[in-house]
Amino acid sequence: MMLEITPRRALQSHIATPRFETPFHPRIAALSETNDWYTWAGYKAPHSIFDEELEYFAIRSTAALFDISPMVKYRIAGPDAERYLNRLTVRNVAKLGIGRVHYTAWCDDHGHVLDDGTLFRLSADTFRLCCQERHLPWLLDSAIGFDVAVEEETMRIAGLALQGPTSFAVLSKAGFDGIERLKPFQLADFPHEGGTVTISRTGFTGDLGYELFVPAEAALSLWDRLWAAGQLHGIRAIGYAALNRARIEAGFIVANADFMTAETALRADRARMPDEIGLDWLVDAEKVNFNGRKAILEARRNQTLKHVLVGLEIEGNIPADGAIIYHRKKHEAGLVSAAIWSPLAKRNIAIASLTRPYGTQLTEDLWVEIYALRELQYQKMMKRARIVPRPFIKLDRRATSPPGLF
Amino acid sequence: MKKYDVVMIGGGHNGLVAACYLQRAGLDVLVLEKNDWVGGAATSRELTPGFLYSNCSYVCSLFRPEIMRDLELPKHGLQVIAYEGGAVFTRDGDYIASYRDHDSHRREFARYSKRDAEAYERYARDVTRQCRFIQPLLMRTAPDPFSFKPRDISELLYLGKKFGEFSAHDMAQTLRFWTMSISDFLDEYFETDVIKAYLALSGIIGTALGPMSPGTAYVLLHHYMGEVDGSVGAWGYARGGMGAVTQALASSFQASGGTIRTGADVARVMTRSGRATGVVLADGEEVRGNLVVSNADVKRTFLKLVEEDALPETFVHRVKHFKMRGSSGKLNIALDSLPEFPALPKNSSCIRGDLHFTDSMERMERAYDDWKGGRYSADPFVDMVIPTTLDPTMAPPGKHFMSCFVQYCPPQLEGRDWTDADRDAFAETVVSQIADYSPGFRDRILHMEVRTPREIEAEVGLTEGNIFQGELTFDQLLFNRPVPGYAQYRTPVPGLYLCGSSTHPGGGVMGAPGRNAAAEILRDLKLKPAEMSPAHDVI
Repeated sequence: MMLEITPRRALQSHIATPRFETPFHPRIAALSETNDWYTWAGYKAPHSIFDEELEYFAIRSTAALFDISPMVKYRIAGPDAERYLNRLTVRNVAKLGIGRVHYTAWCDDHGHVLDDGTLFRLSADTFRLCCQERHLPWLLDSAIGFDVAVEEETMRIAGLALQGPTSFAVLSKAGFDGIERLKPFQLADFPHEGGTVTISRTGFTGDLGYELFVPAEAALSLWDRLWAAGQLHGIRAIGYAALNRARIEAGFIVANADFMTAETALRADRARMPDEIGLDWLVDAEKVNFNGRKAILEARRNQTLKHVLVGLEIEGNIPADGAIIYHRKKHEAGLVSAAIWSPLAKRNIAIASLTRPYGTQLTEDLWVEIYALRELQYQKMMKRARIVPRPFIKLDRRATSPPGLF
Repeated sequence: MKKYDVVMIGGGHNGLVAACYLQRAGLDVLVLEKNDWVGGAATSRELTPGFLYSNCSYVCSLFRPEIMRDLELPKHGLQVIAYEGGAVFTRDGDYIASYRDHDSHRREFARYSKRDAEAYERYARDVTRQCRFIQPLLMRTAPDPFSFKPRDISELLYLGKKFGEFSAHDMAQTLRFWTMSISDFLDEYFETDVIKAYLALSGIIGTALGPMSPGTAYVLLHHYMGEVDGSVGAWGYARGGMGAVTQALASSFQASGGTIRTGADVARVMTRSGRATGVVLADGEEVRGNLVVSNADVKRTFLKLVEEDALPETFVHRVKHFKMRGSSGKLNIALDSLPEFPALPKNSSCIRGDLHFTDSMERMERAYDDWKGGRYSADPFVDMVIPTTLDPTMAPPGKHFMSCFVQYCPPQLEGRDWTDADRDAFAETVVSQIADYSPGFRDRILHMEVRTPREIEAEVGLTEGNIFQGELTFDQLLFNRPVPGYAQYRTPVPGLYLCGSSTHPGGGVMGAPGRNAAAEILRDLKLKPAEMSPAHDVI
C-alpha cells in the first residue's frame, strides 16, 4: 500500500544515515573499543567490541550480551494464524504450544528453502517469526485466503541475546521473578518499566541463554537493567565474530553463509531442499499441506537429493574455511562453509556441504585441502576429515532446569 | 585508383569497431563518413562555445569491455564514469529515487511500500538471472536454426546448454520475459504505480511501443545487461561525452593504419556480376573495395544504397517491413547554472543520475497514445541527465550540459513533415515540464538544440530517427535480426556485409554488432583477428 505524502516526506532523510542504528546502539557505541562495525541487514552492527577472542570466552564462561535487533521479525496474528503457518512452514505448528518457541524453515513450491528461523507462539493466534532474510512479499502472498495479518516489526521490536553460564544469574539478579521456571524453548512475559519484556530460553550458542524482546522505546532501560545486574556476574557486550565461533561449535547454520536461500540465489543449482542442509528433521511429512511438500517427498522417494550438510572434524588445528573437500584426495566432493578451531571441544571443526553420494554412501576417506596464507606464502595441506555429528559440543547447563548460577 | 580491402559505409561506433578489428587483422580499411565528424549516434559536439553536447546517445553501459580492451580504447582516451541511480519526481511534490547502495535503495522504496521494497530483491534477482543468460550471447553470432552447418549446430547446442542450466521455472520465465509487456511484468512484482513507472522506462526507451505493449519487457532487459567495470546493470557517463567512445575508436583505428574520410556521403553500393565492388559517393566519385561493409541501418542500406534488382524479392519485402519506427526526440541544453529541484533534499545524489517526471503507468501509456495518433506526446516522458555533475570536461566550471531524451515523438506529424515551428512547439512541452519542477529553469538556458526524428535521420542517418536501427522486440532478435537467413552479418549481395545495430544483438552503444561482423568477415577471408577476446565469463 502506498503511504500518504506526509509520512513519505518525513522518511526522505534516510539518505543522511544510510545504515540504521539499533535501539541499543548508544550503549554499544559507548562500549566499543575496537570501533569495528559491519552491516547486518541494513543496520550498523559490531563485528567485535573489545577483543573477539575474549568476547567468545564471555559466552562460554560468564554472560554475553549480543544485540539481535537487526533480525527480521514478523508478527503473524489472526484466527487462521496457526493454519497459515502450518501451510507456510515445514514443521507442525499445531504441536507448538502457547508460550513455546521452535526452530523451523519454509520453502518455495520447488521445496527449496527460503529461510530458516524461530517461530514464537505468543498466544493461541499470535506468533512472531524471526529470520535472517526479508520475506514480506512471500508472507503476504501466502496469506491470500487466510484470515491473518502479517506485519513486519523489525524496527519496532528490539532484541537482545543474553548467553552464557551466568545468564540465569543475571536475569534473577535483575529481578525477573519466575525466570527459573523457563525451560528450553519456553517463553514468558515479564514486567519492565510499565510494559513487558518477552523472554525466551533460546539462543544461537548451544549454551545456557535467553533472548529478550521489548518495544524499541524500552531498549535502553532494559540494557541498563541487565548491565547493572550483570556487574558481579561477568557480563560483557560482544560482537558477531565471537557469536559466530559459538554457533559453529553448536552446529547451527546461517542462511546465505552455509546455504543459499532460494529467493537470493542467482544460480538455479544453488537452491537447497531441507534434506540437503541438515533440516530434514524439521519436515513433518504427516502434515497434509505445506509449501514444498510435494517436491520434498518426491525428491526423497526418487532419491534425487543432490547434497548433504555435515559436521566435519579435521585433523590438525588449521581452520579450513572455504576449503574444497576431496574423496580419496582426488574427487571433488564438496565445500567447507564454516570452520574454526573449537576452544571448547579442542578440535578442528567445520560445517560442510557434500555432493551426494559423498556424505551419504561414501563417508570414508574424505580429505580437506587447506591453503593457509602465512606471511605471503601459501602452506598447502591435505588433511583427513571425519564426518561427526552436530552439535560439536554439548553442554548440560544449556538444558538443566532450573538452571545453575554459573 | 586505389582499391581498399574494405570500404566501410559510415563512421558510427559499430562501423569503427568493425573497422578497427579488420585493420588490425592486416586489412587496408577505409571508413567513409558523410558528416564532417565521425561518431554516428555517439558524438560530442560543441554546438555552443565551451559546451560539449552528447547530442544523440548520452549514457554508457552496454559498450562491451572486451572491445575496449582489444582495441586499447583506454590508451586512446576512453573513460567511463559510473553514476548513482536517479529519481522520478511525483506530482504530489515528492520523488522516488534509486541508489547504488542496497540498503538505501530498499529504504527509499519502503517510503512508498514496504512490500515493494522487499519485492525489489526478487525482481532484481529474476532480471539478473535473465541477463546472465543473455550476456554471453551478445558476443556470438546468432545461430541459424535452419542451417545444418556444423558451426550453427554447435552454437545451437551451446544455446541449448545455457538454457538447460535454467530450472524449468526459469525457462518459462525467459519465454515470458521475451514476449510480455513491461507493465504486466512489473505488476507481478510491485503494487506501487510510481515504482512501476520508474522501472518501466527502460522498457520503452527508443521503442515505438507503450509500456502495455507486448514485447517491452525484453527492451528493459536489453538495458540491464550492460555494466560499468563488472557492476552489471550500472550506467555511466563517457568522460567527454559519448563522442569520447567514437573518438577513441577513431584514434585507435588510425593508429593501426586505417583511413577515415569525412564529408564523404555514400550514394550507392557498386556491384559487378552481383558482387559488391565498392561505393559511389554523392559527388559521383567511385571508391573501390574488395569488400563493402555497411554501418548504416538495414533499411538505408538496402532501400537506398543497393539497387533493388540485386536483391531477392522476399528479402526486400522483409527489409521494408522491418520495424524501425521513429519514436523519440532529444533536447540538448547548455545551462548557466545547476538547476534546482526543490523536491530533492540537499545533498541528494539523484541530481547526478537520471531524472524523470512520468510518475504513473497511465501517463506513460497516454504519451504513447499521442504517438499512435501521429502526434508528439502532450505530456512527454523525459529521461534527463546532467553529465557535467560528474564530468568536468563538458562545460565551463559552474555551467552545465543537460541531455533530455524525449518520448514519444513521431517521424511525421499526422502524416505530414515536421516544420521548424512544430519542432519548437515540441521542445516547449519538455521545457515546460522541467520548469514545473525546477523554478527558474528557463532563465538558466543559454543554448538549446532540439532534435526530432527529422533532424536525427538527416544528420545521423538513422531511418526515422530510430535509435536502435530497428526495434528490439522478439520478432526482430537473434536469427530474425534483421532478416531470417541473413542474421550473420552477410547479405544477399556477396562482398557486402552489415555491421550496425540492425544486426544481432541490436542497438545501444554496445559495439557487439561491429565486433561480431568483423569476426564473420575475417572468417570468410580465412584471416585471424589480431586480438578478439571472447565474451567475458559469466560465472
